Amino acid sequence: MYRYDEFDEAFVRERVAQFAWQVKRRLDGSLTDDEFKPLRLKNGVYLQLHAYMLRIAIPYGTLSSRQLRQLALIGEKYDRGYGHFTTRQNLQFNWPKLRDIPEILGLLADVEMHAIQTSGNCIRNVTADQFAGVAADEIEDPRPVAELIRQWSTLHPEFDYLPRKFKIAVTGAPQDRAAIAAHDIGIGVVKNDAGAVGYRILVGGGLGRTPMIGKVVRDFLPKADLLAYLEAILRVYNLEGRRDNKYKARVKILVHEIGIDEFRARVEAEFAKLDGPTINADPEEVARIAAYFAPPAYEKLPPVSRAYEAMKAANPAFAAWAEINTFPHRQPGYAAVTISLKGIGEAPGDATSDQMCAVADLADQYSFSEIRVTHAQNLVLPNVKQADLFALWQKLGAAGIAEANVGLITDIISCPGLDYCALATARSIPIAQDLAKRFADLDQQRNIGPLNIKISGCINACGHHHVGHIGILGLEKRGAESYQITLGGDATENAAIGEIIGPGITAEEVPDAIERLVSVYLAERQAGETFIEAVRRLGLAPFKAAFTKEAADVAA
Amino acid sequence: MSAQKKTPLPAILLANALLDGDVVFRTASGWSRDPREALVAEDEATANRLLDEARAAFARNEVVDADLVDITRDEAGVPVPNHFRERFKVKGPSHRPDLGKQAEFGVR
Repeated sequence: MYRYDEFDEAFVRERVAQFAWQVKRRLDGSLTDDEFKPLRLKNGVYLQLHAYMLRIAIPYGTLSSRQLRQLALIGEKYDRGYGHFTTRQNLQFNWPKLRDIPEILGLLADVEMHAIQTSGNCIRNVTADQFAGVAADEIEDPRPVAELIRQWSTLHPEFDYLPRKFKIAVTGAPQDRAAIAAHDIGIGVVKNDAGAVGYRILVGGGLGRTPMIGKVVRDFLPKADLLAYLEAILRVYNLEGRRDNKYKARVKILVHEIGIDEFRARVEAEFAKLDGPTINADPEEVARIAAYFAPPAYEKLPPVSRAYEAMKAANPAFAAWAEINTFPHRQPGYAAVTISLKGIGEAPGDATSDQMCAVADLADQYSFSEIRVTHAQNLVLPNVKQADLFALWQKLGAAGIAEANVGLITDIISCPGLDYCALATARSIPIAQDLAKRFADLDQQRNIGPLNIKISGCINACGHHHVGHIGILGLEKRGAESYQITLGGDATENAAIGEIIGPGITAEEVPDAIERLVSVYLAERQAGETFIEAVRRLGLAPFKAAFTKEAADVAA
Repeated sequence: MSAQKKTPLPAILLANALLDGDVVFRTASGWSRDPREALVAEDEATANRLLDEARAAFARNEVVDADLVDITRDEAGVPVPNHFRERFKVKGPSHRPDLGKQAEFGVR
């Protein structure tokens, strides 16, 4: 993992001191609310329905056990004993008091953490594939480049007051697990015909009220040119992006309005003018950063552990969990383990302080003290020996986090919605809970197979509903909560925006409606065909018919 | 503070405390964290007085996001906001009955 140098350390400490002073001046009236608001937002502090909310950056979703333990402690001491992992791989505390936040930020600084770039119109915390550095299908570990972008973007003087927020995601594998096409800039590590490793750059993706899939602005960018190219994109956006209308201010609108070809021409022209060597990182610095992400001291193991195979054969519940919640590791004899934070009936992405401590202990014991956060709101132990999986599974069970549902219908993404959020128009957590209870049977879940349900409590789409195979958007309709269902969205390398399949329905109607859609799939699927593949082949019509029939039945 | 839009009566004034962020209610004599103690404005004059007090409290750096909210009294006489958004704001997260004012004050 990356470790702060003296500059990082001094910078974060200075920010804590500044914020403590800003809070003090707000309380004594030296700063007005209008003056204070952008300052608190620059430090991840929001005001939600019931309390303040603190959003803590987890750069590219990588945490050490020490950091996770500190988050658990903060949750215990300053919050209500739990935190919420978000779709941007961050952690939110829902109940901190403003008077305590400077102290909390100090505790974060003690473990090389902060809440900078989690809010405001700046380049936000960079997200990445949760299996970065360990995935068997990876071309190259994307974390060094994510860290480089973090350092380049932090307080970049030219890009600190952009027209709107700006999100970057990076993946090192052809299979996109970081939803890069749904970001302002998506970076994919690629290999060209000559065998050289470089980047494919997407631009103009995003969700919210105007969902767009990112478009390729550069098919192959040499690695060394990355920062200068990003700078060129940001410059074109910064100059042309609309500051007069926040609903049209994201780069996706600019790309959409002038077209990707014109946008590319402007970026390339700017890129040609820039003095690359003064912007691009010094190769020595790149090497220094990369060294922090060197693989841990793996043992030399056979590709398949016989003890592991024997435990699976003897214990079907363990075998099911292992099949669903582990991911192929590049190192023989190891696995990457996803810990589901989607217990049936629980709030998606919530973890108690006790659970965080349990995961930190297990990371120390089984995974070189490292944890990842996924954009699907789960946790990952990236480096577990196959032979340790059984013991790990038992201990996860004791902590209440051994749900075997990763990627299945109950592994639901959900924003906090109207249970916490001041922007929300409807609740999302109870919808997720009802759906998880409806589809709780594991055999049935496995029979249905991979299916992503994503729920947002408002048009801002923090719950990524546009790219859910089934998306659910909570709105207000005539003074009551109403839910709009979309179908056919996809957050992977086959990125697509889902389409609305019928009129809005009530919260009570949602489980039946979703079950009806799943029934169409089960009746129509071909051998080996997943839900999203069936939707693509069949089109929306049969699903719409089933959905509309139900809506009509309810009306009648 | 949205003094421009006319809030239907009866109404209560709720806000977030600046220091803690907690939801607070204007009472006859100050601010309370207990929704049962909220002063209910039944007439225009009281509603205007509440808004004046909200402005003053904002200026004194006591509260932020103060707003008049139209309510209906339940059978026990406790004011309940008419809009579901403010009902959640008064009660707490609907999936966590152990948290928020629903836990602390038993408001339903």
